[in-house]
Amino acid sequence: MAERELTYRGAINEALRLEMRRDESVFIMGEDIAGAPGRDDPEMVDAWGGVLKVTEGLINEFGPERVRDTPITESAFIGAGVGAAATGMRPVVELMFIGFMGVTLDQIINQAAKMRYMFGGKAKIPLVIRTTIGAGFRAAAQHSDATYSTFVHFPGLKVVAPATPYDAKGLLISAIRDDDPVIFCENKVLYDTTGPVPEEDYTVPLGPAGHPRDGADVTIVAISRMVSISLEAADRLAADGIEADVVDLRCLSPWDEDAIIGSIEKTGRLVVVDEDNPRCSMASDVAALAASRALGYLDAPVQMITAPHTPVPFSPPLEDYYVPKADAIVEAVRAIT
Amino acid sequence: MDLDRDKLLWIYRRMRQIREFENRLHEDFAAGLIPGFVHLYAGEEAIAVGVCAHLDDDDFITSTHRGHGHCIAKGVEINGMMAEIRGKASGCCKGKGGSMHIADVDRGMLGANGIVGGGPPLACGAGLSGRIRGSRQATACFFGDGGSNQGTTAESLNLAAVWKLPVVFICENNRYAETTSTDYSIGGPDIAGRGTAFGMPGIVVDGQDVFAVYEAAGEAFRRARDGEGPTLLECQTYRYFGHFEGDEIKYRTRDEEAHYRERDCLENFRSVVLDGELLEAEELDAIDREAETAIVDAVAFAESSPLPDPAECLNDVYVAY
Repeated sequence: MAERELTYRGAINEALRLEMRRDESVFIMGEDIAGAPGRDDPEMVDAWGGVLKVTEGLINEFGPERVRDTPITESAFIGAGVGAAATGMRPVVELMFIGFMGVTLDQIINQAAKMRYMFGGKAKIPLVIRTTIGAGFRAAAQHSDATYSTFVHFPGLKVVAPATPYDAKGLLISAIRDDDPVIFCENKVLYDTTGPVPEEDYTVPLGPAGHPRDGADVTIVAISRMVSISLEAADRLAADGIEADVVDLRCLSPWDEDAIIGSIEKTGRLVVVDEDNPRCSMASDVAALAASRALGYLDAPVQMITAPHTPVPFSPPLEDYYVPKADAIVEAVRAIT
Repeated sequence: MDLDRDKLLWIYRRMRQIREFENRLHEDFAAGLIPGFVHLYAGEEAIAVGVCAHLDDDDFITSTHRGHGHCIAKGVEINGMMAEIRGKASGCCKGKGGSMHIADVDRGMLGANGIVGGGPPLACGAGLSGRIRGSRQATACFFGDGGSNQGTTAESLNLAAVWKLPVVFICENNRYAETTSTDYSIGGPDIAGRGTAFGMPGIVVDGQDVFAVYEAAGEAFRRARDGEGPTLLECQTYRYFGHFEGDEIKYRTRDEEAHYRERDCLENFRSVVLDGELLEAEELDAIDREAETAIVDAVAFAESSPLPDPAECLNDVYVAY
């Protein structure tokens, strides 16, 4: 029988559904995750199912107590997630766009990230903050960032950015079962992409990288949506006889240093592809790792293909310019092979 | 009522211009002509116009994601707005901001805002800058019922109160924060009372009645400019379209929408000025035609303008770097 195909959106929805069935302590909250809160009219319940429809249908199975719409009050409901996690629940809180982290940052970086450490290991915060990243929706500067590197910086947080429907489901289940706070970054441009997703529950562990393509000539480390763009570049390079080894850095913290180093040892060349801004970024972090642990294997300078050091612009030609493209990857690889 | 003929005509012209602008965007979005997200202000025109009728060019406003009406009321030029929303190089933000970040600082319009509750702290700062310079500049801070629940809003109300800042906080309570009804999201009987709690007048105003908004805002700005501190006006209103264009609006009833459309602010204005024989119907009709023509011109301007050069992406991040 052919494997079942599911969208990235559907895979995340299924992970939430399965974990809520399995564990009574799992609940979800966020802005308009069902919609029309407080209304009894069955036609109105689930009016939105989330602004990008990721949580659609969950309120019908689990009810408004466990599928909880919030007022627009990000500091309070993210902080409430931290508090509920510290006191025995496993909340999965949706923050509509990663830009809104700006509103609620204290609760994430000073409370969720530091509680366990400050309290001498006597607290645990099994919290997942699901949020969306990524340019491409013409949603302009405050709704389009891919600033996951910000959270990687803070000890105590785990950060995940799946690139495929399979990983989205398996990583989210792992994140929910994990006892530490996890920032779970969903690329909104990927929501309608499809791939094989088993129906049962399964986990993809937090830490190991994915390895979607094997090659001996150049290592391409890519994150989230940049994985499929890197694979497109790799196919074009293969036509010229250059075989790329593509590493999917689906877990940003903790991360898989050995997978990156191992690939560089094999290829001697490194290109990092990251949709985030370039300074103090995952791209620069990977480059620093290569410089400190694999310099002897490198035959060429590390190439970083990233967004420019600008906010995300609105106008289509400007936004298209902003997002890294396969052409740039192909060009970077050719420059060092 | 201290509204002379010219002011009445000004009010109607601005309200009608906003309505025409938003109705055209509603059509153009459905036709696939507008990238990204637009949040329309139709239905709420009396608030922006009744408030901005008290502002000069050097006064300031902060706005929300639903900001086109605030722009027009403050005097931002509509050709540049239409071009911005179409992502054109001739837009008032060079195509970088779009609908959600539309702004014209030269006109004292400090930006629509993609962050709910993003505006009130900025309004405190704008008020403070005028205070320190010793001017009589005032700031209008528009936010919604959704924004009223953000911590930044509560903090700003308090800061403005303790520093007696020349800021007027205008909560446009259109009953829905995205899909969420105020019945669910607002603790306490109203939002105006939150102003009272911080030691400023907190007043509920009929936001469909531009005369009521104008009168309440007049006293609020007098207080602000005379150094008596801020005021919170909760203007009760309704948005005619969805949260954003493309919203199927499943969270409210068509009956409810019809009820509010019967209290339309433009129709209300026409009745008052015609019944009171303050203006002639022909004058109002002429303004309607002017507003339609201005929108046709604005669309033509936007459509004939070029898209920005892609590398323009790199400019305007810093003044110097």
